Amino acid sequence: MKKILGLSLLIFVIALVTSLLTIDDAGRSLFLSGLNLENLATRVGLFGVLSLAAAFVIVTGGIDLSIGSVVCVAGCMLPWTLRDLGLPGVLGLLFVLAVTGLIGLFHGLLVVRLRLQPFVVTLCGLLLYRGVMRALAGDQSVGFRGTGEDLRWLATGRLPLFEGFGLPVPLLVLGLVGGFTAVLWHRTVAGRQLFALGHNLEAARLAGVPTGRLTILAYVMCSLLAGLGGCLFVLDVNSAQAASFGNFYELYAIAGAVLGGTALRGGEGQVLGIVLGASLMQLLSNAINLVADSNQLEFAIVGAVILIGAAVDEGLRRYLARRG
Amino acid sequence: MATVLEVRGVTKAFPGVVALEDVEFAVDAGEVVALIGENGAGKSTLMKVLAGVHRPDVGEVRLDSKPVTFHRPADALRQGIALIHQELELCENLTVAGALFLGAELRRGPFLRSREMAVRAREVTARLGLDVDPDRLVETLAPGQQQLLEIARALRADARVLIMDEPTSSLTQRETERLLAVVDELRAAGVAIVYISHRLGEVQQIADRVVALRDGKNSGSCAGSDASHDRLVAMMVGREVGSSDRQPHEPGDVALAVRGLATTAYPAHAIDFTVRRGEIVGIAGLLGAGRTEVLRALFGADPRAAGVVEVAGVALDREGPEAAIAAGLALVPEDRKREGLVLPMTVAQNVALPTLRRRGRWLDRAYERDLTDRAIGELGIATAGGSQVAGTLSGGNQQKIVLAKWLAADPVVLLLDEPTRGVDVGARAEIHDRLHELAGDGLAVLFVSSEMEEILTLADRALVMHEGRLAGELGRDELSEAAILRLAVGSV
Repeated sequence: MKKILGLSLLIFVIALVTSLLTIDDAGRSLFLSGLNLENLATRVGLFGVLSLAAAFVIVTGGIDLSIGSVVCVAGCMLPWTLRDLGLPGVLGLLFVLAVTGLIGLFHGLLVVRLRLQPFVVTLCGLLLYRGVMRALAGDQSVGFRGTGEDLRWLATGRLPLFEGFGLPVPLLVLGLVGGFTAVLWHRTVAGRQLFALGHNLEAARLAGVPTGRLTILAYVMCSLLAGLGGCLFVLDVNSAQAASFGNFYELYAIAGAVLGGTALRGGEGQVLGIVLGASLMQLLSNAINLVADSNQLEFAIVGAVILIGAAVDEGLRRYLARRG
Repeated sequence: MATVLEVRGVTKAFPGVVALEDVEFAVDAGEVVALIGENGAGKSTLMKVLAGVHRPDVGEVRLDSKPVTFHRPADALRQGIALIHQELELCENLTVAGALFLGAELRRGPFLRSREMAVRAREVTARLGLDVDPDRLVETLAPGQQQLLEIARALRADARVLIMDEPTSSLTQRETERLLAVVDELRAAGVAIVYISHRLGEVQQIADRVVALRDGKNSGSCAGSDASHDRLVAMMVGREVGSSDRQPHEPGDVALAVRGLATTAYPAHAIDFTVRRGEIVGIAGLLGAGRTEVLRALFGADPRAAGVVEVAGVALDREGPEAAIAAGLALVPEDRKREGLVLPMTVAQNVALPTLRRRGRWLDRAYERDLTDRAIGELGIATAGGSQVAGTLSGGNQQKIVLAKWLAADPVVLLLDEPTRGVDVGARAEIHDRLHELAGDGLAVLFVSSEMEEILTLADRALVMHEGRLAGELGRDELSEAAILRLAVGSV
């Protein structure tokens, strides 16, 4: 709860400062313009889904470094299936999600059955999937060529709320995915067991928790959501280039989840925190772009903020533990 | 002899609890002072104050009659005060010499002087009668040897005060005797020793003086020569703990039948036995005899090398804990922190973990709450409530939670590995009473214990193991310390 309050406060302060710093000659804040807010909300929606994806695996005490490459797979495959296979929009989307789900199943099986380290499995996945996509697509960018119009709404649609601002559909998608995740984690037996095995795998196993199946499920959910994110991204920007599409997105995803209170040692995480963590990442990036009018400093500032955040968080935790 | 280390009027409070209140304690050179008390009585806190882990809120710590302030454990260690933990804290991947000199390596510039450390290590370990190669890896040593190695490390640091917390809790009878002999020698050499133990027999045997704590206060002390069992118990618990004069249980149908069971640790030895409903069967033996392995293989925690396990006449067809639980088995494992509990989760979440699934796919919080409230009442778990984090409870209460979560599963056969290790006298009696009650209601109980007394008081029948095989079986009327030991050491 404290974490969520803290994150909300931080987001509010950064938003406030950015609004004030971006007031133009006409007295209007660039940050608060409808266009910028819609754009920001869209990105929060897209990256929020990826952070929830990462959190599924982090909660089990694992890690998924292949999220960005799975985004690339989905981003390249969706245009192919619609354009070359001629599948109708929804079927094409389901097909791509099935493929990315299979990637997750592959990760889960390697981690559970062969007992490989999640870090190793997904690091190799990171290289493997992007490499395959580059081999298949060459350096061509993959576009829809007019197909996929029925899906485009998912990424670019706006539900008009008031004059000059429409709620981006991706944010709505994040709301649905977040709601689903929250129910799964905190209202079902499977969720309770998932967190138990994240805290203590051996104790959970001895309590009869199907640890193998649940861990595999977590990897499937992770890649599936990464695939969903990839589809939304490519629908948003219209084409994907295998060499760069989704590059480093796994780091944004993991950073958002961790910033939102998901413990890397496993067993801890809540949806609202993760969504706020992802929001903070996007807000920072947006603020830097607006204020500095360039993105050269983006990585440096994001890195510094996360580091300071983690240090303050840990310091506060110790202080409170001492005080009681 | 001169007092080496003492505390005067020490009070130490933690959020919500006063762990120590106006406590006095002193130990002389060449003296063994036993510190006794139930779990939660403040022994650990006092020990940590002595060793510089905690600083007292009120009162002072005096070393050689001069007040001292330790800011961290290393300060105390530098003054010759060494703490030997209950749970071994050696780095298992190091060699014996490496572990002995960890943090104080002999060096020439940046380089280790390995040969010299090995020579010194051999000297120190030989002093304790620990005859091991300094190049051996710590993980290959038996628990008793590891405990001696911890002491060797303190000696290597020239400790004048040795604080030992439950040093024998994971040792066999023979290793315990060896350790007590070492303590005796150290006393003769002028080392001041604080000996914390639940095992009153050891306390009577070794202590010059006994100091008891109850609820964070001094609750009595006496000379070692006056320390009768009853007197010690009275100082600690302030109430009578009834000893068990009970009727053996009337056994019913066969609940558990084991045929040709071989564990992966001892694949060459096949074991057969049965346990009936209403019967409490103990498995005795020395450490490393393969007792834990048998329980784990039964439950499917480890794969079986061979053999058939039948529960209530039905053979287990699949391996793994899930199938075992479905068939009516339950295991209270040896290491409750690693295997028994999910420490960061709440009491209620732990109690309900194995049985949640029987209530459907959705979390049934009402079930969780009711189950926990009932367990807290039935087993007398001292907790602020179901939402307390399990890791913050004392050992005895944690063990009761492990028991509660399995009783909720309503098993046919309850397997327990060291059911009362590290559990105080009061909680231990309560756990034993509960097991008797359950057996009276028809539960089959199979437990492993390294404590002779526990086998003798709890078991209707004992199986004795020696190096992976079943060395013999003793009925209630044949049960005696001598009979068990004879089988356990393999002298037939």
